[in-house]
Amino acid sequence: MIQKWSYPLAAVILGSSLLAACGNAQTQTEEKKPEATQPDKPAADQSATASTAPAASPELQASIDQYRKWVVDQTDQFVKATESFTTAVKAGDMEKAKKEYAPARAYFERIEPIAESLGDFDPWIDAREGDVPDNEWRGYHKLEKALWETKSVADQGKVADQLLQDVKQLRVKVESVEIDVPMLVTGAVELLNEVSTSKVTGEEERYSHNDLYDFAANVEGAHEIYKVLKPAVTAKDSALASEIEARFADLDKALAPYRKGDGYVLYTELKEDQVKKLSQSLDALAEPLSKMGKIVGG
Amino acid sequence: MNDKHLANTTANKITRREALKLAGVGGIGLLLGATGVNSLLPSPPKNEQTSATPTGADEVIPFYGKHQSGIITPMQDFICMGAFDLTTTSLGDVRSLFQSWTQAAARMTAGKNVDEESDNALLPPVDTGEAMGLRPMKLTITFGLGASFFDERFGLASKRPAPLVDLPRFNSDEMRKEWSGGDIVVQVCANDPQVAFHALRNLARIARGKAVLHWLQEGFQRTSASDPTGSTPRNLMGFKDGTNNPQVNDPATANEVVWAHTAESPAWMAGGSYMVMRRIRMRIEVWDRSSLTDQENTFGRHRLTGAPLGKANEFDELELDRQDAKGKPVIPVDSHVALAHMEGKVKILRRGYSYSSGMDLKTGQLDAGLLFICFNRDPRKQFIPMQQKLASVDLLNEYITHVGSGLYACLPGASEGGYIGDTLF
Repeated sequence: MIQKWSYPLAAVILGSSLLAACGNAQTQTEEKKPEATQPDKPAADQSATASTAPAASPELQASIDQYRKWVVDQTDQFVKATESFTTAVKAGDMEKAKKEYAPARAYFERIEPIAESLGDFDPWIDAREGDVPDNEWRGYHKLEKALWETKSVADQGKVADQLLQDVKQLRVKVESVEIDVPMLVTGAVELLNEVSTSKVTGEEERYSHNDLYDFAANVEGAHEIYKVLKPAVTAKDSALASEIEARFADLDKALAPYRKGDGYVLYTELKEDQVKKLSQSLDALAEPLSKMGKIVGG
Repeated sequence: MNDKHLANTTANKITRREALKLAGVGGIGLLLGATGVNSLLPSPPKNEQTSATPTGADEVIPFYGKHQSGIITPMQDFICMGAFDLTTTSLGDVRSLFQSWTQAAARMTAGKNVDEESDNALLPPVDTGEAMGLRPMKLTITFGLGASFFDERFGLASKRPAPLVDLPRFNSDEMRKEWSGGDIVVQVCANDPQVAFHALRNLARIARGKAVLHWLQEGFQRTSASDPTGSTPRNLMGFKDGTNNPQVNDPATANEVVWAHTAESPAWMAGGSYMVMRRIRMRIEVWDRSSLTDQENTFGRHRLTGAPLGKANEFDELELDRQDAKGKPVIPVDSHVALAHMEGKVKILRRGYSYSSGMDLKTGQLDAGLLFICFNRDPRKQFIPMQQKLASVDLLNEYITHVGSGLYACLPGASEGGYIGDTLF
């Protein structure tokens, strides 16, 4: 998850009430601050983009439906994988839990923008230590710390139960998620931005160093969006479509040397110039991908 | 989006009469390259101090022309310079990159956005926006090609100019690859650091997928506002630097010192020049505790006035054979000025900036120095012999380390409708 949750809600409320005593004008401007620092207010964002976007053409609607089906399928598999992972944690089977951790998370990383649009699932499932107040911290990364850092899951039963419950609730919500074209277009870029801001820097999986799993999963999620939008992009700007495809292929090639078995090497095994090359390949893809919005409007 | 441009139309209209007036009081060389009027004027006396305010610091330097701007253009206050490595292996991609860059550079130097904005709010803005509403500020963008550009990737090996050699290793060089080389260099200069950064950033954005940054260095000198007289700037050692620069507003001098000739360069380089970049780290802390005598003997000049040792004024003649009462040279033979003089036979056009990159986290010392840039017609006969001499005995070497280096063939200018590099690609 991105660092947007670093603004603690409690501090916001406290700040506002203190300022309320300091005069109206200032209060009004200051009170807007929390909103600005939390750009992922799902409901507001979604309705804003939805209201400005024209109704999707039948072709685009078909793309949306195709994507929704894929998201539901990913979430189904996410539930199963999380079930198996949390069972291992609760049984104290550290080895099994460590093995299943990264592959299970990949399902979430592929659909992250959708999950983020549905409320607090991202901080519940994917917050890193320090993203939220310590007493609210839960989810995968809390278990990551237990597995790799403190090396004990003895007291993690509750965290595991809560995680599974959150993931199951996500599955329920995904059924009714509103998806429109702007969401897809921005979602694809957001997925790559996730990679740029945390995965490529090794900050996401700070205990397990499984960042490349997340890297690949985010890219796969963006690729899935591109695939469903490809006919529309090609129709509007075929040069852009070929550019995007070439860059996806380049990035795939850049990642290839780090595949190991079913997964990836640890982030800590990468050399500085290898990280730089991955990061630059990602930027090379994200730039043309950010122009997919062309399919909407003139 | 056009307000930036509109705001400048009045500022940019400098009439010929104003041009003459400015140049008459000047010594600032304000108009060089801007109007072409300059070549009709006598060279302004270089040591004349004036009380003129920095007029025209915000104006447009035309992008198109026989030569690229940013070479003999009088120095702006700031530089943002980057080297790129090509990630594409297609010459067609390189061509389209230079076409896009040319178009973008022509717009930005005129004070416009990098391109017209779209009205589709679902797209990211075309221009990154930080220069919106700002004046052109004499922005220049200069493109050059490194030796690595002429390897096997693009089939241009046979086009590599003879003067574009691999620079030899000079004594006490401590080169770091992350500060050296690059397939392409882009020198951006402006009288506003934000305008300069904006230009390089947008060019890097355009390059995504075709080229990546290899190194980037920003630099500065005193601004035209803090020194309206336009006197010789001081480097971070506190000494005036560039006193003996050739007067390239004289076309004959520029032709002799700066511009590539077909005698040694290929025809596609006609009107181009060779740029040397050296990232020279100063051992600031060591310098600061050196005595004034040592400092002045190191440069061979007086610190306060910039005059050669034993003289009163900055532009007094350098008399290297002058001796004191004991028969010792007044200006030490291994001082910087004595060595760089090269018997007056070898000249380069220096156009460097100071840099500060914060601190060296390892030592806790300042990471600052000189982003040395010079232009010459043939580095084999100009920069290289000069640097070989300096590197071997210069007293200054005790206080500096060359940590980055590059030699680049700066392409000829483009005419409107053409693009930078069209003589080669």
